[in-house]
Amino acid sequence: MNVIDKAVAGVTGWFNDRTPGLIPAYKKHMTEYYAPKNFNFFYYFGSLALLVLVNQIVTGIFLTMHFKPSAAEAFASVEYIMRDVPGGSTIRYMHSTGASLFFITVYFHMFRGLIYGSYQKPRELVWLLGVLIFLVLMAEAFMGYVLPWGQMSYWGAQVIINLFGTVPVIGPELTEWIRGDYLVSDATINRFFALHVIAMPLVILLLVVLHLGALHEVGSNNPEGVDVKKHKDKETGKYLDAIPFHPYYTVKDLFGAGFFLTLAAFIVFFAPTFGGFFLEHDNFVPANPLVTPAHIAPVWYFTPFYAMLRAIPSFFGTQIWGVLVMGGATLILFLLPWLDRSPVKSIRHRSVFSKVMIALFTISFITLGWLGMQSGSPGQKLTAQILTAFYFGFFIFMPWWSRIGETKPVPDRVTMHD
Amino acid sequence: MANEEVSSSRRNLLIATGVVGAMGVVGASVPFISSFQPSARAKTAGAPVDVDISKIDNEPGMRMIVQWRGQPVWIFKRSKEQLAAMVTLDGRLVDPKSDNADQTPAFAKNEARTIVGKENIAVIVGICTHLGCSPSYVPEMIPQAYDSEWKGGFYCPCHQSRFDLAGRVFQGVPAPSNLKVPPYHFVDDAHVVIGVPPEGAA
Repeated sequence: MNVIDKAVAGVTGWFNDRTPGLIPAYKKHMTEYYAPKNFNFFYYFGSLALLVLVNQIVTGIFLTMHFKPSAAEAFASVEYIMRDVPGGSTIRYMHSTGASLFFITVYFHMFRGLIYGSYQKPRELVWLLGVLIFLVLMAEAFMGYVLPWGQMSYWGAQVIINLFGTVPVIGPELTEWIRGDYLVSDATINRFFALHVIAMPLVILLLVVLHLGALHEVGSNNPEGVDVKKHKDKETGKYLDAIPFHPYYTVKDLFGAGFFLTLAAFIVFFAPTFGGFFLEHDNFVPANPLVTPAHIAPVWYFTPFYAMLRAIPSFFGTQIWGVLVMGGATLILFLLPWLDRSPVKSIRHRSVFSKVMIALFTISFITLGWLGMQSGSPGQKLTAQILTAFYFGFFIFMPWWSRIGETKPVPDRVTMHD
Repeated sequence: MANEEVSSSRRNLLIATGVVGAMGVVGASVPFISSFQPSARAKTAGAPVDVDISKIDNEPGMRMIVQWRGQPVWIFKRSKEQLAAMVTLDGRLVDPKSDNADQTPAFAKNEARTIVGKENIAVIVGICTHLGCSPSYVPEMIPQAYDSEWKGGFYCPCHQSRFDLAGRVFQGVPAPSNLKVPPYHFVDDAHVVIGVPPEGAA
């Protein structure tokens, strides 16, 4: 034992004596967290979402150092960041691009769960916590979108807050309570800033810890949907189908992160507005409470739900039905683990009928997203209504259709194709 | 849970402590929830607005736009011909009698949607009931591209909602209800106060 080893052992020992749980926790979550060895492309997105979260927090902290959360100063302070603060435009574009990339990674991550049945028993809690993160993330993104105080920020806030006005009886008072004024104003941006930079991020961080904690209790699912802890090597006692998260998947995720950051850097430096998808053109016009932009559409990640909102006409003299449908479209995700009655997890072993249903669902969700960006002609409205019906039908009738057709036998072990 | 070794008086004390603690949490949350309400400053900004309309006759069909609670409020005069034409539109409107009390205070629940006796002067909140744009003023009684029998009114450039000169919404447009009539009253012939209903009115 040389001096350095001794010093390391000394420090480690000092901590171990005082926090005996530290090394076991590290082992449980890293070096002895056994993950299936057949993770594929879709399994990058969990760690990538975490990477984007870190990016949002770091860039966000630096933005708050120059941003002024008031109706009078917000727009100008964002322009100040863009033009006068050294490195400011890069930091802001990292934050605004990060918002869209957050939703891209989260949508891929959720799609992965959907096709491989990752929400099925015993991972229901992991799924529930994940949907909760998704909901809080939507609130977080919306409030962040309001802060630059451009025309889209202002009127987006106006429309979204007015959704709460459709609640019977207390609606109008509720919107006043949310805005803190009789119209979207200084009070609104000020509180949205507080919620965006501290309240929501704290909730998201806590939920992420719980999401990972719940996952590490039950272990990761995999593309085959088989139990990877069933078979151990008779001599060494090691799992045959699982490998330690660290170093195997830390290295794999690091590679994914490098690839992802390359793409992200390209967007940040060469296409930060992404043709109006990531940053809308009308938001480069300062908020004006007396003039509405001619075409109001939310950012791309909300458009599937926005299309559903618009597809539902008002009847009985209230718009609440569209609001209920939009809210229901997100809340119904919570029920997924109990709606799916398929005997198998992964799409690889599901019946042809189930495969077709999941494919149609994916196509209809993307189409709804496209429809939400359009002006909404009668033909588009009808399409949106049909697709909204399908969206809900997919979930409501899942207990029946998920049992239709013959499933393929689930292999006993992970099958590798190399 | 029923453990006979646990003294019931201790258990009751525990429950009482829990209830008192919960009440404390509810009480402590009051100031935080209240702080979300419009502040005193916001309420002051929402105070009634006193408008001098003595110059409204300077030009025919003139419209004044004043801000009340941050929203545009239109004050404009309607001619006898315009008032007479409005009555003929009832069949094409969603709510010709202004039955929706959210949009029309009781004192203005009449054909002209004004204070009785002051039918020629309209006071309307200029915010479209669809998505909150501010519609354009088209008072001329001449055919328009969107309506060949136009009798004067308001046309929203955002989503093509149309209203008559009393702010009543036409059928078949996105806006669900009539434009809002704010509470207002006349101090004298030349002064309108927006934000306070006439005396004796609800």
